[in-house]
Amino acid sequence: MKLAILHELNAERAARRPAILVTDTGSGEQRLVKSADFAKDPLRIELVKQLRMGKSGNVEAGGKKLFLNVYAPTAKLVIIGAVHISQALAPLARSLGYDVTVVDPRTAFASPERFPDIPLVAEWPDTALPPLNVDAYTAFVAVTHDPKIDDPALLHAFERGCFYIGALGSRKTHAKRGDRLRAQGAKDSDIARIHAPIGLAIGAVSPSEIAVSIMAEITAVLRLPPKEKEEAA
Amino acid sequence: MLDRDEDILKAAEDWQKAGRGVALATVVETWGSAPRPAGSSLVINDEGTFLGSVSGGCVEGAVVAEAMDVIQSGKPRMLEFGVADETAWNVGLSCGGTIRVFVEKVG
Repeated sequence: MKLAILHELNAERAARRPAILVTDTGSGEQRLVKSADFAKDPLRIELVKQLRMGKSGNVEAGGKKLFLNVYAPTAKLVIIGAVHISQALAPLARSLGYDVTVVDPRTAFASPERFPDIPLVAEWPDTALPPLNVDAYTAFVAVTHDPKIDDPALLHAFERGCFYIGALGSRKTHAKRGDRLRAQGAKDSDIARIHAPIGLAIGAVSPSEIAVSIMAEITAVLRLPPKEKEEAA
Repeated sequence: MLDRDEDILKAAEDWQKAGRGVALATVVETWGSAPRPAGSSLVINDEGTFLGSVSGGCVEGAVVAEAMDVIQSGKPRMLEFGVADETAWNVGLSCGGTIRVFVEKVG
């Protein structure tokens, strides 16, 4: 690998931007495709598919055998609300490979005893969120049921373009939430991005089952192509 | 996504900048039950220090030896390991899988 390519690849990884290294395994020739250039690349269909699955693999193109090595950032999960569901959700997400952080300004909720080994930030979202670098590789879940905490957090998630945004609450409470967020400058397209009621409809009852339904929904959004995603939702 | 490897590519760049000869070995194909998926990699320097893994310990020794040659020659090569290919390589994967590893010089 040429040093210039390695340097560029490391820069993309440090910036949490995905990139795919294309190697002609016959000749050893290589090129790096950055995420911004996927759409105009001759291999775009293959690149997008491999990236979505987060899997490296081989393709044949133009009589050449090419190895596509996928470098995708580690996904994060930010949970707003150190509630009972979060106690099940945080370890589950971690077992799926996510970097998990729980945010709740209420110190009685955000206690290490309730969340052993999970990074906790007992601050209001406006203080807690900027340092967390919420981004397009972040799933964002608001589960406090308290508009004072959930609403500003959701506005932050819209701004940062999280790949998944979910919020707890019935259809009725979600409609009220939409009104409040619009009053604070959110666009209709932002509101439409919120998965609410949160999680796939699997008849979940207990906090652990709700956690499963949330992680299933996040997984579907992460992995499925757009059309199948709509069908699953 | 969800790559939990230690940051071996950063080490490759740092070693190279410190003047070391460096090679990168990457799993490019697997059959059967391979311990590490395609894309897993190992970085090796000319002192024989290595980071990462391509098989969870089964073939690393052989890969490091090959990497030394690649650092010398500068020519990339493809290695294949597995119980199915005992004639070419003496190192079998105890799990019964086969892996192909691409070894290239960095720089």
